[in-house]
Amino acid sequence: MRLELLSVTKAYPGCIANDAVSLKVEPGEIHALLGENGAGKSTLMKMIYGVVKPDSGQMTWNDREVVISGPAQARQLGMGMVFQHFSLFETLTVTENIALYLTPAEYGTMALLRERIVAVGEEYGLAINPDRLVHTLSVGEQQRVEIIRCLLQDIQLLILDEPTAVLTPPEVDQLIQVLKKLARKGCSILFISHKLHEVNALCDRATILRGGKVTGTCIPSETSASQMARLMLGDELELQDSMPAGNAGATRLTLNKIDVKPRDTFGIHLRDIALTLNAGEILGLAGVAGNGQDELVDLINGELFPDSGELSFDGKSIAKLGVQARRKLGLGVVPADRIGRGAVANMTLIENDLLTGYVTHGVKPGINWVSWGGLRKRAAEIIAQYKVKATGPEATARSLSGGNLQKFIIGREVAQNPKVLVCFHPTWGVDVGAANLIHQQLIALRDSGAAILIISEDLDELYLLADKLGAICGGQLSPIRAKAEVPLAILGQWMTGEFDAVATQTNSSNINVEAAHAH
Amino acid sequence: MDIHLLENVLFAMVRTGTPLLLVALGAMMSERAGVLNLGQEGMILVGAVCGFIVAYTSHNMGFGILAGVIGGALVSLIFGFIALTLIANQVATGLALTIFGTGLSAFVGAGYVGQSLIGLAPLEIPLLSKIPLIGKALFAQDILVYLAFVLFAGIFVVMRYTRWGLIIRAVGENPEVAHALGYKVLLVRYCAIMFGGAMAGLAGVYLSLAYTPMWSEGIAAGRGWIALALVVFASWRTERILLGAWLFGFASILHLLLQGYGYEISPNLLAMLPYIVTILVLVMMMTRKQGQGNFAPRSLGQPYYPQR
Amino acid sequence: MRIEKRLHDSKVMLYASPLLALLLTLLSGALMFALLGRAPLHSLYIFFIAPVSELYGLSELVVKVTPLLLCAIGLTLCFKAKIWNIGAEGQFVFAAMIGGAVSLQLAESQGFWVLPTVIISGALAGMAWAAIAALLLTRFGANEILTTIMLNYIAVNLLLWGVHGPLKDPNGMNFPESALFAAQTMLPVLFDDYRVTIAILIALFMLVVIWVLLGRTLLGFQLRVMGENRNAARFAGFKSNALIWFVLLFSGAMAGLAAVSEINGPVGQLISTLSLGYGYAAIIVVFMGRMHPLGILLASFLLGLTYLGGEMSQMELELPKSITGLFQGMLLFYLLACDLLIGYRVVFSNRTLGKHPAIAAAVSTPPVSQ
Repeated sequence: MRLELLSVTKAYPGCIANDAVSLKVEPGEIHALLGENGAGKSTLMKMIYGVVKPDSGQMTWNDREVVISGPAQARQLGMGMVFQHFSLFETLTVTENIALYLTPAEYGTMALLRERIVAVGEEYGLAINPDRLVHTLSVGEQQRVEIIRCLLQDIQLLILDEPTAVLTPPEVDQLIQVLKKLARKGCSILFISHKLHEVNALCDRATILRGGKVTGTCIPSETSASQMARLMLGDELELQDSMPAGNAGATRLTLNKIDVKPRDTFGIHLRDIALTLNAGEILGLAGVAGNGQDELVDLINGELFPDSGELSFDGKSIAKLGVQARRKLGLGVVPADRIGRGAVANMTLIENDLLTGYVTHGVKPGINWVSWGGLRKRAAEIIAQYKVKATGPEATARSLSGGNLQKFIIGREVAQNPKVLVCFHPTWGVDVGAANLIHQQLIALRDSGAAILIISEDLDELYLLADKLGAICGGQLSPIRAKAEVPLAILGQWMTGEFDAVATQTNSSNINVEAAHAH
Repeated sequence: MDIHLLENVLFAMVRTGTPLLLVALGAMMSERAGVLNLGQEGMILVGAVCGFIVAYTSHNMGFGILAGVIGGALVSLIFGFIALTLIANQVATGLALTIFGTGLSAFVGAGYVGQSLIGLAPLEIPLLSKIPLIGKALFAQDILVYLAFVLFAGIFVVMRYTRWGLIIRAVGENPEVAHALGYKVLLVRYCAIMFGGAMAGLAGVYLSLAYTPMWSEGIAAGRGWIALALVVFASWRTERILLGAWLFGFASILHLLLQGYGYEISPNLLAMLPYIVTILVLVMMMTRKQGQGNFAPRSLGQPYYPQR
Repeated sequence: MRIEKRLHDSKVMLYASPLLALLLTLLSGALMFALLGRAPLHSLYIFFIAPVSELYGLSELVVKVTPLLLCAIGLTLCFKAKIWNIGAEGQFVFAAMIGGAVSLQLAESQGFWVLPTVIISGALAGMAWAAIAALLLTRFGANEILTTIMLNYIAVNLLLWGVHGPLKDPNGMNFPESALFAAQTMLPVLFDDYRVTIAILIALFMLVVIWVLLGRTLLGFQLRVMGENRNAARFAGFKSNALIWFVLLFSGAMAGLAAVSEINGPVGQLISTLSLGYGYAAIIVVFMGRMHPLGILLASFLLGLTYLGGEMSQMELELPKSITGLFQGMLLFYLLACDLLIGYRVVFSNRTLGKHPAIAAAVSTPPVSQ
């Protein structure tokens, strides 16, 4: 046995991340750790790798009991980990990053290390320029750096925390090839995911977690997707596989030939942006993180102004209007970064309602007197309607879990009855129950006549909700077409910037269904 | 222009720039590790008073220098404990260190105000000091100026070519990741802070034992703050700190030049010059920086405590 | 022993922390006095109680509190918005110089408008000095901590130039001081025989103003959001540059009023060592007072006491007056240290884990084998 965990437990203030979890991995096995957001997968991985210390439980490594004191020891034993949020230093070069991961004894000199990086990259099909600064690499390339540095040591177990979440479909295929090659050489792989179809395509065995507890182990190739889904989600929850389509109405928001230069070196240059949002319709925009999504949201919200092009709302130009004026016209925005932008961590939900609510309610005109009483009532209503788990309107945003805060933020924006709503990652890091609720609310808002733009990296979500689909890559938009005309293969190509790709296959609708099922 | 006047101006420029160079190098190291220590002024003062008292009572310059360095490092440890172990706001803690250091130095130094001693004598290096124009400025200074040059070279090498430098940069860039890779973030930061304290203490000693060999309250005269601006000006790069320190040194002695040419300006107005130059430099840097990205270490001033 | 983040900030520690800091400062002070060969308790009595044991002493405390409180009121808004204005000192000194110059100009004038003119000129001068920092920050993005500090040094040198030059008393035997201000330019005292002026009433009024502003108005809310999270403020469409100008001009005006309260009150002329560091001490007041109006009122009394205590120790204990700065620094250090307990709890060993609610729940749900 390469790795065995016996009844490992870890608690944080307010939650038990792992409750008596046991797990076995054989040499050369690709083992999936399957579970929803918040099931405790990441915590478990971090304990194996020594980043987090377990409260109790045992661990054996190659049949010997071990206590991992830290990542350095885990590495010495032959473990490597690819984190969900990459553990790279953005202002350092690839070689420097890898040098920091290894000890000088392992790499000798920087020049030698540089050669080995190139060599290993060629061996596994993970080509990378060792002298580039990490922040200039794409997300997929950054992941390669993480994998390469694990391969430079004598590796026996590679842990990957949701490695496919940030990749385009072609990149996912490439990654799966690399992992299979590694496993054939005898390296065990622990693969964390919540996507059943990937687990099916890659893994020998799976351990399934729910609410911090193991709910079962199985061999994916012999187990049906619905069985695994039930282990993952519990009996009471059903995955939605389709939503009613919308009816397009009048044009609400138009962007035409917009060009926005970046504000700093890390920004993306938006070029020739053209899109139209219609009442009663949802437009879904796919794309790998960092391809201009942030800039696009800022542009629509009024934080970033176009250098050229037209931006109009109900036929009136709003290119020069600020955030407040645009909200007054009926714009609502749900940003990606809920605690960094969408809410203020140390403020109460009442105050967080006022954060964007000051435009439509909560403030008496004149000297801008705040009416806290009315705001409290409204916050309480949102909490009740969206089943937000909070101690009350006085709870601070910080004390809410990510999913509950997201429900509150979406509730806050929807309650303002926007004519246009922009949603960036509406269910990122949200558990299934909350995601279902959010999806239903968005559909309800659409049916009441709002125009909605959803920007997401979760392709399943886009296929579920959107009426039209497109992708963003390198600050440019792909063509935008009705969902039925955009099979997954085409969307994947659009995400990599091949905008010429068009649907030719007739069986495209099958792929759609498959993607929507494969949650 | 008279060559002797120019030689003297360069000589004074290097002398005046030396305390700034020392403080700025130390501040840069702690900022590179992600710690913003606004207590530089307080640490200089503590270093200056410790150095002066020990040198004055023991009649030994070496002991004085050592005492100043230790004094600076020790008070920086208070900052380190509160800002790192107790996760306090670094801006406020740095201000507290400046207020405390100012009070402490004035308090313990009260009995020594007005006393003076014979300052560090210049050591002329044979031959080199005779090079026209720059010989006097670079090779006829006292031992602390030479020490500053050596420290400058050492820091330059460490930051650019060694693994230590790489680790310090990594910790300042992203402490979470550094921790996840197994580096002792707090230890690196403690060391960087104490190094900064020792450098500020050395700068203080230079002021009270060499530059103006006496103790007076507030002898640092804002040099700690100017040095912090200097680090911004230098974009956290070692080699630019040297240039910056000399530039500020030049601004501080401009009045000598003006007097040399016979201009009569109130000394109080001339004393403003280094501060005005500091503001102008900050403005210049920021205007230039737009569109070039930010050079500051990413985690600068952010509290961090490893969770396990 | 280790520390652990609390789920919610502790409200109790938020208010207990300044008291704990005061206690630790007193203990350290006692230790220090003992090391200096003074009787600890007696020395603490001399420092903290003797100065205010008589009515006159209390009135002198109010005299110190007035400029401290005014400066702190302005800084509270700045710090709420996380604009680190360290420049109250410079704004105070520059305003004193301009206010003093106006007072000297009006020495021969009579009329109801004289005093308001002096007060307003002081406030405007403070605003002007703060405006430099606001311009540098909003227009060029120059770090306000460094620019305001530099402006402090520049202002002090300007004042020195003034009292050595154009503002020097022509009949003053060449001392670096201005002439004494005329009676009509002086702030009226509240009670005969005491030096407390109407400035304390202005300060209390402004205290109420910021209380309402922060708690009940959109402007106050915007300042708080900006201080908590700049990105959220930008996302919500708050105009950060306008807010920066507002807080800096407001605090400049407050520092200007503080200057007038000092030179046109107890001092009565311009001297070279005008400010005793009120602008810096006010920073401690704001932190000790938890940026809450009531808190800064209490804290300004404490910090005011450190000035009186310093003077008293010089007379009674023969210790340098600079002991004031030492106590102020210790207070702020201990406060910042104790503030850890607001957001974190200290856990002494692993055994206490059992009392942790989450663990207790985990243990009660079977089966946990070990």
